[in-house]
Amino acid sequence: MSWVGDNLDLILQLTLVHLRQSVIPIVVGLLLSIPLGWVAWRYRLVRGPVIVLTGLLYTIPSLALLILMPAVFGYSATEEPNLMIALTIYAIAILVRAVADGLDSVDPDVRQAATAMGYAAPRRFFTVELPLAGPVILAGLRVAAVSTISLATVGILIGVTNLGYLFTNGLQRRIIVEVLAGVVAVVVIALVIDLLLVLFGRMLMPWAGTGAPASSKGSGSKRAIVRAAA
Amino acid sequence: MNLFADALAWLFSPDRLQGQYALPVLLGQHLLYTVISVAVAAAIALPAGWLIGHTGKGREIAVAISGAARAVPSFGLLVLLVLLLGVLRTPLAAVITFVLLAIPSLLAGAYTGFEAIDRRTVDAARAVGMTEWQIFTKVELPLGMPLLVGGIRSALLQVIATVTIAAYVNLGGLGWPIIQGIPLRRFDQVLAGALLVAVLALIVDLLLAIAQRAVVPAGIRSARPASDSGRRRGSHRAASAAA
Repeated sequence: MSWVGDNLDLILQLTLVHLRQSVIPIVVGLLLSIPLGWVAWRYRLVRGPVIVLTGLLYTIPSLALLILMPAVFGYSATEEPNLMIALTIYAIAILVRAVADGLDSVDPDVRQAATAMGYAAPRRFFTVELPLAGPVILAGLRVAAVSTISLATVGILIGVTNLGYLFTNGLQRRIIVEVLAGVVAVVVIALVIDLLLVLFGRMLMPWAGTGAPASSKGSGSKRAIVRAAA
Repeated sequence: MNLFADALAWLFSPDRLQGQYALPVLLGQHLLYTVISVAVAAAIALPAGWLIGHTGKGREIAVAISGAARAVPSFGLLVLLVLLLGVLRTPLAAVITFVLLAIPSLLAGAYTGFEAIDRRTVDAARAVGMTEWQIFTKVELPLGMPLLVGGIRSALLQVIATVTIAAYVNLGGLGWPIIQGIPLRRFDQVLAGALLVAVLALIVDLLLAIAQRAVVPAGIRSARPASDSGRRRGSHRAASAAA
């Protein structure tokens, strides 16, 4: 344990770097996924291709993607942006489905009621559909956030330093505590971000998770949340 | 695109079929680790998931465990287990890592498959006098099969992607040309390895996608009204995204 005490500065510094490398892709991924998910949900014709394409992205192993992307687009593989681009792609792969599923879970009657009250499409989207899709999107976002934070450690294998450094360095120097400290730090960051997302969700969507929707359609959306979170 | 030509040249060089690190050997190792790990994980996760799905109890615990398991970085866990178990038991460390990785998807596939079944169907089965075991084998298993195969699909893909890092602790697999090539700046072999893993993942994904369609029981494939088909597709998607 003395290793942790002696290297607290290093752990903290790597934690901050790790946070930067994973939070930016999560945020950018979410911002890109909302329009993409909406397109996939709105237009049946593109829905298939969009879902298949994002699904295919998800099947490409991270280490492969971290090397393929720079090779195709000609940027440096060993620098931070490469890791962040790859992590953004994985976040999108999870979130586009979550957004489309979330919009799917909105009760069609509610949508029609909003239209009947004179809500034009953009206003209806931002004030009715997106908030109601929120719980399902949040469930997907939690999955994306936690996996992004844990996946970022692979960056060390292509030379991008973050908490993964503690794994490779610990293995070379045979310091079990160092590796353990890295694993614990990653899990703690992931769980803290997850908790923040839950609290944030409660703040933004106070109606969700209170068990309010008693109708069968409500339970359908609840099931979609459980599915997305499982 | 010159790099791709180099990668293909490396891939199809006759040297790739010789020695300790011949490509067929590496592919065999990769598949062996994948199959063993997913099989062990299935032996643990499927009975547990079916129990959760059948009784409707313990889902919160399963979700919590899955969430926590997702937060553990596989690479870190692998290195940690290698150091704890010793160099001689590196393969065991790798299998444990991959088993833990595969469990959440398999668990989710098993219980969401049961939960997606219309309660009235299960009640009807009980009402016509089926025992719990008959309900399990004749109603829930077949109807839950598509989502279960979806879970197996994501588990396999995740494990295939992650077995790549096994090469970092000298276990071979298709990650070997990648991990060995990076410090040497041999980007032809790095890219070739990455391509091989990606192609393997895509082939397995395709096979499982076909299997997922094939296991939909004939009765619900034809009888389902058109309006409902979109929702069904949605639930399949969600299950594969779940992992």
